[in-house]
Amino acid sequence: MGGRDLKKILLMGNPNVGKSVVFSRLTGVNVIQSNYPGTTVGYTKGQLKIGQNEMDIIDVPGTYSLSPSCKAEEVARDMFFNEKPDLIINVLDATNLERNLYLTLQILEHNIPTVIVLNMWDAAKRKGIHVNLEKLNKITGINVIPAVAVTGEGIKDLVNIVNETTIKKDKQLSKIPKMDDSEKWAFIGEILSGVQKIEHRHPSLLEKLEDASVRPLSGIIIAIIVIFITMQVVIGFGELLINYILDPLYYQYYGPFITSVVENFIPTGFIHDILIGSGYEYETSFGLLTTGIYVIFAVVLPYILSFYLVLGFLEDFGYLPRLAVLLDSIMHKLGLHGYATIPIVLGFGCNVPAMLSTRILEGKREKFIAATLIAISVPCMAQTAVIIGLLGKYGIQYIFMVYGTLLLLFIIMGSILNFLLKGESPEIFFEIPPYRIPHMGTLLKKTWMRVRGFLIEALPFVFLGILAINILYLVGIMSALSNLLAPIMSQMLGLPNQAIDALIMGFLRKDLATAMLAPLNLSPTQLVVACTVLASSFPCIATFIVLIKELGIKDMLKTVVLMLFIAIITGTILNLILN
Amino acid sequence: MITLVELKNGKKAIIQKIEGGPGLKNRLEVMNIREGKTIRKTCAAPLRGPVVLEIEGCKMAIGQGMAKKVWVEEI
Repeated sequence: MGGRDLKKILLMGNPNVGKSVVFSRLTGVNVIQSNYPGTTVGYTKGQLKIGQNEMDIIDVPGTYSLSPSCKAEEVARDMFFNEKPDLIINVLDATNLERNLYLTLQILEHNIPTVIVLNMWDAAKRKGIHVNLEKLNKITGINVIPAVAVTGEGIKDLVNIVNETTIKKDKQLSKIPKMDDSEKWAFIGEILSGVQKIEHRHPSLLEKLEDASVRPLSGIIIAIIVIFITMQVVIGFGELLINYILDPLYYQYYGPFITSVVENFIPTGFIHDILIGSGYEYETSFGLLTTGIYVIFAVVLPYILSFYLVLGFLEDFGYLPRLAVLLDSIMHKLGLHGYATIPIVLGFGCNVPAMLSTRILEGKREKFIAATLIAISVPCMAQTAVIIGLLGKYGIQYIFMVYGTLLLLFIIMGSILNFLLKGESPEIFFEIPPYRIPHMGTLLKKTWMRVRGFLIEALPFVFLGILAINILYLVGIMSALSNLLAPIMSQMLGLPNQAIDALIMGFLRKDLATAMLAPLNLSPTQLVVACTVLASSFPCIATFIVLIKELGIKDMLKTVVLMLFIAIITGTILNLILN
Repeated sequence: MITLVELKNGKKAIIQKIEGGPGLKNRLEVMNIREGKTIRKTCAAPLRGPVVLEIEGCKMAIGQGMAKKVWVEEI
């Protein structure tokens, strides 16, 4: 065989069977994995190299069949038919073979070499499900590998078989004939009666909790407890990190150090000012290396970290889809359906992945409503950090004012959009994953990936923003701009002119606005107005770019106009009420 | 025969008939909700929310409108 021909392998299977975990194990490429259908909405590519044998492995979004019913499933179908794969790794949930095998039969019809991975083999055993692997292998005519992808069990066997199958010239194809749907189900029934034995087990405590979380009364109580604990942990742990680790580090070590270094080399002048501003003692010094670093690492990062730890736990545990079931009816009144809960919850962390995950929603209308509501009324962690940072010292009631206003906005806007936009949101229909005890390693890895993602995304924009502010002030554009807008804004919003700068700058990155608002000595109620306006406009320029990609220019412009309008109107009303 | 909406919480039943076009039927079928299957209704979410049901140990949420089209016989 001639040296370098890159083989192409697709990882396919039903949603939430652990394809992404298998993918990470095979390629070493980390992707976000969770315990709910629809975690992977795009695709990720990675490489596996064994000796001379090089393979491209693609993690395809989960699908129940090759005839799609949402965007993510369309991606799966298109990849299957257009990518001309050399091998399909079909990942199955061993605890739910019957449904999983339907897709398998559809795949096998197309005469592409396939390997079956029976993932969650341990869970199947615990549930009392016994699968006769040899028999399954005999009937399907292809290799069947039991695996527990989260712990890595079975991956070695998979790698060996993938290697062998892709090198071999005579392709081992399944001899299963083409069948129509009812024949397929009958055939699956036949396979299972010969291959699978299920012992009856009493429901475990986790299983009882599963049911309790979707029942109306107990479900709502559990939801309130979960949300309360989430807020407590996110804010508590974030504050702990700031007060006991990051603030001391910054003020006692980093600040003095960086100041003396810079002053040694550049004692005064423009560059000096841009690098350290008016000194590390002030969080509003506007130096790249002082305020820039402080805002990212000591204001926003702690909350990002604590939020993603809690979110990751809830995701891997399998709670979010249950919240989606509970909220479905309410969401329908806002033009959405329950599954929109997932992008919304993600939006509290960062709006960028939230926008991407709106792809699990079926209709264009629903996507537009979800994206608009998230952009306007779901504050990302950077915005939350700003709100807590500015208002926290005045008391929790002010923070509630901001969040209450945002919640009200969410409900009012959703109802209006639902009324104005023609069409109806499709009905909810999805699989609810079982509760699983999160795997610590996976959880920490996922949190780290997200935190790193935040740093990569935030650092350049914060630096750029600080640079821009310095230059704009220096050249005088900033004062011209705020003079232009100030009369309207300050009269309507009741804020001093300099606060307008912060609102304008907030378009680039919200976290910067904290530093700009803090030195203005605004009253708590003025801060409530400013925070609400900041929170109801876009979190950052990155969200803006993703919105263009996800909605198209036209719909994005609609969202922007709506956002500006709503931010100003809301600010004005709040100002009238509070001041 | 009653629909999934009418079936009491916690009861088991066998699916007899699924009304509706081929699109809906197909969507339900690929999720293993099809004629002849035994299901258990866990509950219905608040405010006429989705019905939660269990088939072969797998739980699913299905909107009221769809659930009304699934006819079952209690066992």
